Amino acid sequence: MELVRSHVLICGGTGCTSSGSEVLHEEFDEMLVKYGLDKEVKVIKTGCFGLCALGPVVVVYPEGAFYSRVKKEDVEEIVQEHLLKGRIVKRLVYDETVEQNDIKSLNDVNFYKKQQRVALRNCGVINPENIEEYIAVDGYQALGKVLTEMTPEEVIDTVKKSGLRGRGGGGFPTGTKWDFARKSVNEQKYVCCNADEGDPGAFMDRSVLEGDPHSVLEAMAIAGYAIGANQGYIYIRAEYPIAVRRLQIAIDQAKEYGLLGKNIFDTGFDFDIELRLGAGAFVCGEETALMTSIEGHRGEPRPRPPFPAVKGLWEKPTILNNVETYANIPVIFNKGADWFASIGTEKSKGTKVFALGGKINNTGLVEIPMGTTLREIVEEIGGGVPNGKKFKAAQTGGPSGGCIPASLIDTPIDYDSLISIGSMMGSGGLIVMDEDNCMVDIAKFFLEFTVDESCGKCTPCRIGTKRLLEILDKITKGQGTLEDIDRLEALCYHIKNASLCGLGQTAPNPVLSTLRYFRDEYEAHVVEKRCPAGVCKALLSYVIDPEKCKGCSACSRKCPVGAISGEIKKPFVIDTTKCIKCGVCMETCKFGAVVKK
Amino acid sequence: MDMVNLKINGQPVSVPAGSTVLEAARAAGIEIPTLCYLKDVSQTGSCRMCLVEIKGGRALQAACVYPVAEGIEVQTNTPTVREARKAVLELMLSNHDRKCLTCPRNRNCELQALSDELGVSDIPYEGERNEYAIDDISPSIVRDNNKCILCRRCVNVCKNVQTVGVIDTMERGFKTKVGCAFEASLGEVDCVNCGQCIAVCPVGALREKSSVKDVWDALASDKHVVVQTAPAVRAAIGEEFGLPMGEPVTGKMAAALRRLGFDKVFDTDFGADLTIMEEGTELIHRMQNGGVLPMITSCSPGWVKFCEHNFPDFIPNLSSCKSPHEMFGAIIKSYYAEKAGIDPKNIYTVSVMPCTAKKFEAQRDELAATGTPDVDAVITTRELAQMIKQSGIQFAKLPDEVFDSPFGDEASGAGVIFGATGGVMEAALRTVAEVLTGESIEHVDYEAVRGLEGVKIASVQIGDKTVRAAVAHGLGNARKLLNSVRSGETQVDFIEIMACPGGCVTGGGQPIVSSRIKMDVNVSAERAKAIYAEDKALKIRKSHENPYIKQLYSEYLGEPGGHKAHELLHTHYVARPKY
Amino acid sequence: MKSLAELQALKQKAIENVNLRKDREDGVRVVVGMATCGIAAGARPVMTSFLEEIGKRNLNNVAVEQTGCIGLCRLEPIVEVYAPGQDKVTYVKMTPDKVARVVAEHIVNGQPVAEYTIGAAGM
Repeated sequence: MELVRSHVLICGGTGCTSSGSEVLHEEFDEMLVKYGLDKEVKVIKTGCFGLCALGPVVVVYPEGAFYSRVKKEDVEEIVQEHLLKGRIVKRLVYDETVEQNDIKSLNDVNFYKKQQRVALRNCGVINPENIEEYIAVDGYQALGKVLTEMTPEEVIDTVKKSGLRGRGGGGFPTGTKWDFARKSVNEQKYVCCNADEGDPGAFMDRSVLEGDPHSVLEAMAIAGYAIGANQGYIYIRAEYPIAVRRLQIAIDQAKEYGLLGKNIFDTGFDFDIELRLGAGAFVCGEETALMTSIEGHRGEPRPRPPFPAVKGLWEKPTILNNVETYANIPVIFNKGADWFASIGTEKSKGTKVFALGGKINNTGLVEIPMGTTLREIVEEIGGGVPNGKKFKAAQTGGPSGGCIPASLIDTPIDYDSLISIGSMMGSGGLIVMDEDNCMVDIAKFFLEFTVDESCGKCTPCRIGTKRLLEILDKITKGQGTLEDIDRLEALCYHIKNASLCGLGQTAPNPVLSTLRYFRDEYEAHVVEKRCPAGVCKALLSYVIDPEKCKGCSACSRKCPVGAISGEIKKPFVIDTTKCIKCGVCMETCKFGAVVKK
Repeated sequence: MDMVNLKINGQPVSVPAGSTVLEAARAAGIEIPTLCYLKDVSQTGSCRMCLVEIKGGRALQAACVYPVAEGIEVQTNTPTVREARKAVLELMLSNHDRKCLTCPRNRNCELQALSDELGVSDIPYEGERNEYAIDDISPSIVRDNNKCILCRRCVNVCKNVQTVGVIDTMERGFKTKVGCAFEASLGEVDCVNCGQCIAVCPVGALREKSSVKDVWDALASDKHVVVQTAPAVRAAIGEEFGLPMGEPVTGKMAAALRRLGFDKVFDTDFGADLTIMEEGTELIHRMQNGGVLPMITSCSPGWVKFCEHNFPDFIPNLSSCKSPHEMFGAIIKSYYAEKAGIDPKNIYTVSVMPCTAKKFEAQRDELAATGTPDVDAVITTRELAQMIKQSGIQFAKLPDEVFDSPFGDEASGAGVIFGATGGVMEAALRTVAEVLTGESIEHVDYEAVRGLEGVKIASVQIGDKTVRAAVAHGLGNARKLLNSVRSGETQVDFIEIMACPGGCVTGGGQPIVSSRIKMDVNVSAERAKAIYAEDKALKIRKSHENPYIKQLYSEYLGEPGGHKAHELLHTHYVARPKY
Repeated sequence: MKSLAELQALKQKAIENVNLRKDREDGVRVVVGMATCGIAAGARPVMTSFLEEIGKRNLNNVAVEQTGCIGLCRLEPIVEVYAPGQDKVTYVKMTPDKVARVVAEHIVNGQPVAEYTIGAAGM
């Protein structure tokens, strides 16, 4: 047997791969040979650790040293100092883990302390391309137990008892969904997995697929047994090449080990999974559009009812869950429904993964128990807003969600609380905004996304969202009226009421929630022709404070349109009719004499 | 049948299981506005005009696709519903080219009607409007996407009913439009020009390529202008002048054509009788000499092009006969010209057809037996109605007149029924039966091949022979039938195929009927009634008994299927690629 | 895969590969001083012997770690053993021959090998 005493885990998630982790892997291999350690130290490529802002991440066990932002040049030092001589290279270790010259466990770091990793339990721990590592951490135990010891009804009861709700946005109880499909009588049924994660900035599902693909396969097989299906499809966006590759490796390995395919665990149960690549249309995350796309048609939603549990893929009973939902399933069977239900709040059980982004120190992936407050996420896990700025709002649910203002920062994060304040859980994007963000501009940003991603099938979404965007554009340009705000709001409700699918029905949410909490900002734009956050260009003017101006002419020399003039050593002036509001003068001025108004 | 009980606006309604809320509401006498919905063709729930409230539901639901369920409570007339429908319509209008006055569908437009019905008085959501170039390359169909409201009825009829599928939605969101793959024109793809897309369009986004000006110009020239009208035209043109559907207006139509200034007004019935002579002879010949069977009719140019693109292996099965109006055109420019002493080059032949595919057919190079095209211009029923309106002719008040002699004043009922699905088959059987048995046959109503079943199969005993016949209408049905023939599952001798569902009476050139009327009335069946009534009333009901047909063969053509007949009345086909 | 038992067996085999990565609160840590002084005095073969011995006995709950210079260079190779519920035991002047006894008596049976410890070395 191999005498391995140390493991070097290199993050192979998309974040760290793009910041150069592949090169580190090669360098480690080379250096270990150079120092004669290649027999006793093993290098393993894993999934995402969550702290993407610090990538590429390398963790060395058994010490659990967490190296961040590792460069190729650093590798030799780590090998020579840490692996050969046992001295952790403190210079490269994530600062939060260093305390009085001692190395803390990663779990004691603020970023991880409040987290509870259930769906992400194996990400950053196992090699996703090796099924035996998944098996070593209880992989496929749940499937084995389900197939050999439980009836489909018991499986569904367990899922129901766990209280698991869909992690893709709507929060529909998973067990109930499975029950509907089980009760739909048909010889052919399907199990689908939605891996078409499309919210801007969200990458929870990608991380699970890259870090722990087998957990999804195992869960789908369990679902197949529960509802009476023997075929599964994973609809994954082609923009996730690493996830696609690892999933395919995982499927091949599972088949090789007899954990997918015919007669699994000798129980007569057959289950197979195929991948279907999506071309990146946001609407294909909607369940009926996803199925239409799998069928080979233009990805467009279909009216419901009939629901997929009755008539789904190829008109057969079908269940669709998203990646994160599936990732929770095996644990529920391994640790019990009661254990799972003990996490979270009364109506929202378990944990939720969020992709933390925007104006926050620790951008990355976090998994928190339901009921954690927004404040805990932003201030403790996220490390607060950078540059001493003030927290203004958080946006959850992406283009379908809404903004949560600072006054509601103590809201517990669960399905129902978020809905009640006009946002939604969504698939898990969480974008933090500070005082420099204009809320009208934010609404416009999300509307631009929806207008771009509307499939064009139904009228309210196709034309209505476009009209919303046009009104918002008018407002940000200072051409709006108070009637425009009323029209905007009325149109939002019409689109919500009249659209065919969830995309259109939720598209107005970013507008409605900002109108609800930041109406004064809208009014400032139309009444005072002013953008309080100083974002909307058309409403800004740059002026020079004559008190502060030293007359150095630096701004005048940098101005690309020659809008600034004056005499040396006397205050300069900006001609607002020529000014294009590029802001170069403000960046250039050393005396803070240029101000935005 | 299982019945489902629900409440609509508080009123209890009981409808068969599987019905939609729209159907249930209409059964209860409640109208719900629709636009994308078209019975039997399009059920996508995309336009959102038919929104209703379902108690307990989150958002509003489209009545046209919402299946009834026991105990549901529906509201069709709440403020939320009314406002949402109106907002949807206003949004649609905000991206619509609202030049109603110059639109081909002015006063016959479903969008216009809804705007009136819902009381739209201004468009609060003005904004960017998409602008598109008009596609008028096809000889048959013009597409103007500036008018398109993306209801997709055209896409569905083309893809699902006709299985031609040359148009679909492309791009997405606000930029969504209907078009052909790779931005090609309808004139460049394997469109068969059937014009069903025009017939289902609720607005003016699709229309036929007009030949009205060409015909007016010919009438104003010193050419000898001869017109012929297909059987199906008389069964429908009255609708354009407010006459009831299903009322034949043959006499008024002949009178109108004469008043428009045509030098001769003929009836394509004669061409149909001629077709039966040639096609019947061809069938008998093929059956007796081991020719390629089943023989398939070639009267429908939409079908012929469909066959050339999709079933090139069946080209040898296609009858070599030209379609009736093309045969007639060739006879007018040869036999008639000779008899009347007119240089064929000075004759201008116009066909009034229920069909847009005939426009393409008339341009086929091989259909020019005398050196110029057999048919110079094809206008649709709609275009003829337009000419009549332009001329100030009060159609409804016209006296009944007869077609011109020769050819026109005597025709057979067999020729008339060409306008309905199964008609060509029935007409052929009437003649083939007598030719094969040599006996006069009394009973000429072949009910088995009539009616609107998609594919009809019948065995007809003729003397000691059994002729196995199949009839398909609508190209989706044709595809089904041919696949089954190809696989050997269906074994027949003779097949009639008409490109349009219902046959020529509901051809792509016929008066357009709104989706609301189509919910209550089967247009094909109503118009076919006019056809069968005329057949029944005629004293000659068999093509070979038409005296002018006998005269034509004895004076000019010789034998059916003979050398001269082949020169003038037969053609050939080419396999065409899919793209 | 034909049975749960088969899966269990595979898990037992596979677990060793990932065991190293657990956060260990209950296991035994063997820390070998591997600074220049330690390596020069022969710490590497000592560590390798520990790994071999632990592997042979299939001990899942033992981690072999390295550390830097403890400051007693003359007593190198130094090995510290941290067992749960016990004080740290420091072995000095270790050689590969001594390893088997430390593993058998101390790590497996909980009885430190007094004669190898720093106390016995007269400190």
